[in-house]
Amino acid sequence: MFGLNKKDTSLFFLVLLLVVLAPFLLNPFPEGSELAQFNAGYPDLMQRFLIFGIFAIGFNILFGLTGYLSFGHAAFLGVGSYAGVWMMKLLTMNVIPAIFMSVVFAGLFSLLVGYISLRRSGIYFSILTLAFAQMSFSLAYSVLTPITNGETGLQLALDDPRILGVSSENGAIPAANFFGIPMRESFELSMGGWLFTFNAGYYLCAVVMMIAFYVAIRIFRSPFGMMLRAVKSNQQRMNFTGLNSRPYTLAAFVISGMYAGLAGGLMVAMDPLAGAERMQWTASGEVVLMTILGGAGTLIGPVLGAGFIKYCENIFSKINDNILYDWFAALPQGLADFLVFVIHPFIGKGWHLTLGIMFMLIVIFLPGGIMEGVERIGRLFKRKSSKDENSTARPKAAPAE
Amino acid sequence: MSLIRKPLNRRSILRAGALGGSALAMPTIFTSRAWSAGYLNEPTGATVTLGFNVPQTGPYADEGADELRAYQLAVEHLNGEGDGGMLNTFSSKALKGNGILGKKVEYVTGDTQTKSDAARASAKSMIEKDGAIMITGGSSSGVAVAVQALCQEAGVIFMAGLTHSNDTTGKDKKANGFRHFFNSYMSGAALAPVLKNAYGDDRKAYHLTADYNWGYTTEQAVRESTESLGWETVETVKTPLAATDFSAYITPVLQSDADVLVLNHYGGNMVNSLTNAVQFGLRDKQVNGKNFEIIVPLYSRLMAKGAGENVKGIFGSTNWHWSLQDEGSKAFVQSFGQKYGFPPSQAAHTTYVQALLYADACERAGTFNPCGVVEALEGFEFDGLGNGKTLYRAEDHQCFKDVLVVKGKENPSSAFDLLEIVEVTPAAQVTYPPDHPQFAGGALGTCNPGA
Repeated sequence: MFGLNKKDTSLFFLVLLLVVLAPFLLNPFPEGSELAQFNAGYPDLMQRFLIFGIFAIGFNILFGLTGYLSFGHAAFLGVGSYAGVWMMKLLTMNVIPAIFMSVVFAGLFSLLVGYISLRRSGIYFSILTLAFAQMSFSLAYSVLTPITNGETGLQLALDDPRILGVSSENGAIPAANFFGIPMRESFELSMGGWLFTFNAGYYLCAVVMMIAFYVAIRIFRSPFGMMLRAVKSNQQRMNFTGLNSRPYTLAAFVISGMYAGLAGGLMVAMDPLAGAERMQWTASGEVVLMTILGGAGTLIGPVLGAGFIKYCENIFSKINDNILYDWFAALPQGLADFLVFVIHPFIGKGWHLTLGIMFMLIVIFLPGGIMEGVERIGRLFKRKSSKDENSTARPKAAPAE
Repeated sequence: MSLIRKPLNRRSILRAGALGGSALAMPTIFTSRAWSAGYLNEPTGATVTLGFNVPQTGPYADEGADELRAYQLAVEHLNGEGDGGMLNTFSSKALKGNGILGKKVEYVTGDTQTKSDAARASAKSMIEKDGAIMITGGSSSGVAVAVQALCQEAGVIFMAGLTHSNDTTGKDKKANGFRHFFNSYMSGAALAPVLKNAYGDDRKAYHLTADYNWGYTTEQAVRESTESLGWETVETVKTPLAATDFSAYITPVLQSDADVLVLNHYGGNMVNSLTNAVQFGLRDKQVNGKNFEIIVPLYSRLMAKGAGENVKGIFGSTNWHWSLQDEGSKAFVQSFGQKYGFPPSQAAHTTYVQALLYADACERAGTFNPCGVVEALEGFEFDGLGNGKTLYRAEDHQCFKDVLVVKGKENPSSAFDLLEIVEVTPAAQVTYPPDHPQFAGGALGTCNPGA
């Protein structure tokens, strides 16, 4: 369907189902219970899952297919964000022009960076992109303050022109909206002890992400995608056969830059602020982590990796000692103290440590990322069933890309 | 009822199951923010949730940790536990020690990482997930401005923590945001007369300024107030925020004919630049027949600790210091010291006071509705919270109170006794009109209750 083979179609619909039902799936624990701490079904985090999912899908088109490891993708996200906020300041609070211009500007900027950086490959390419990103960050942080508002971050003001909209509504900045539907608008559904939130912004992100995901599948399965894979497996041999690989890598670079810009545009559509830290090297490193954690070169892996990291960042960092004492209230005082003492380094400000340990475990035991884990479990079941069928030489399942 | 009395058979069990199932599946309440009549996150149970959003990682983690300690102390005092701290000295007696409006105070914490994005994400999750009615904390102006704007959009109150840039209550002020901490302008205005007395009125100043928003406003404030004394500004140089070695910036100072160096740096930046300056022998230098002097506009105890010996005799300003001898400060230092074993920093003080001021405003307004709270805080005059008589000005939501000019102590008696108070500059001297050029632009807008 839609030009996808059967397997990809089912993957697409699986993702669609997960995304649509996320408000239910991410809120498995009733409100007010001790475990509600682990609920992730609130609009901001759900939006972040999808937005960073898009970012990681785009990054994977470059890294997963061509093997070019860019350490500067956050710069495109940042450029997209700034473009988006400026559209909201100058034109209208409707998010469509903001998102569109984010993609355009990020695309142009990635064309420039890619044109220069792709003259080298391997570690030199990584360093060049890293340098570009750090340069953009420093510029945004200080020199370009009139455009980026420096450290504070670019945000909307009451006296912005907004030519196609209004500058202010009853003394307040109008809300970011999609043809009149405010992104902030939520519909809450309370069932028994559970509370589910359906947010307009989240579903806009969902639509955009599904489109982005579909395009990524098509790219992966296209002859163009095959060329990119050829670059990864042996670029030299490819050049010897008379093929010029640079246009392909540059196209992949620009496409993934545009994905990053799209993510940046969605970020400001959900929360109209663009901060310079978005372009810092740590942010670039994060998307590399997401992709590797989920499984580089797989279709859905990077999205899972993005979700995993954002979950750690937003949920573990908010657990504090008081909450721990609540959990262990039933235990004797000494034991509770001891448990809190043991767990303390891993929560609150220690969430980086938790993430680091998880990352190490996954990379050591599942070099292919979360997707390899899923595949192994899948193979376990398949082996059982194949024994029953007694089929001998079943071809090994292709990696679920 | 008839269902139960009948002998149980397959059909009745099925029927009861179906009824029960559909009752469970029937959404009990449909709510949408657009339809609800009240305000966002209206506390309906026996508790009210406050959000403490402080840097737990990154360059200002020390300040963040101290802020969190102060918040925990404030919550204890609001709930009537502990010795009550400043509740006993606070001029408003609305708080009874039974929580806020009879609701027990609970809190959630988050990590701002001193990044605008992360701080907003953390604040959003507090508002959306935990139902926080007020967000407070932070140790950087960039973060304060970003979170303040978010709270305005979302419709909750923001009580700023440590933020010193003029912009927080200047061009980026918001109706839902309030700042107790002082600002760059006040630092300049308080420092100028002291500097005049100590160093005379014909000095030549050289500024090194951290290259970001707070640095700019501080440089501007100090420059303008010292120039009005008759000082001359020789040169202003911006230094990258990430710089750790300032030698390259200090050498030109030696070659200029400046006789005062102003370090518009904060935190680790200041520790490094001051150490470099002292290592280069600036303090032993004579220029134009005068002793070379160094000034640090914004001081904190944690910075003084980092710079060690080098801060001795160096002037700066601070919002509050634990050695103050008024009743409020004594009460706070005592209860903080009892709980944690060391005196509080100025970051701890301002956040503790902000929590109390918010609670008091709710109590006086009789509601948690942000618009009611804004009304109660605007133009509110109070005393007994450590800074003398204080006014929360209605025009820009900035507190006006005495500012301390301090000096690195020559003979510290303990690890915490690093600064001595030179002068308490009265509030009248640091007050400025709301439309002062350093604060121009921006508007409060109207309060947003989020519903």
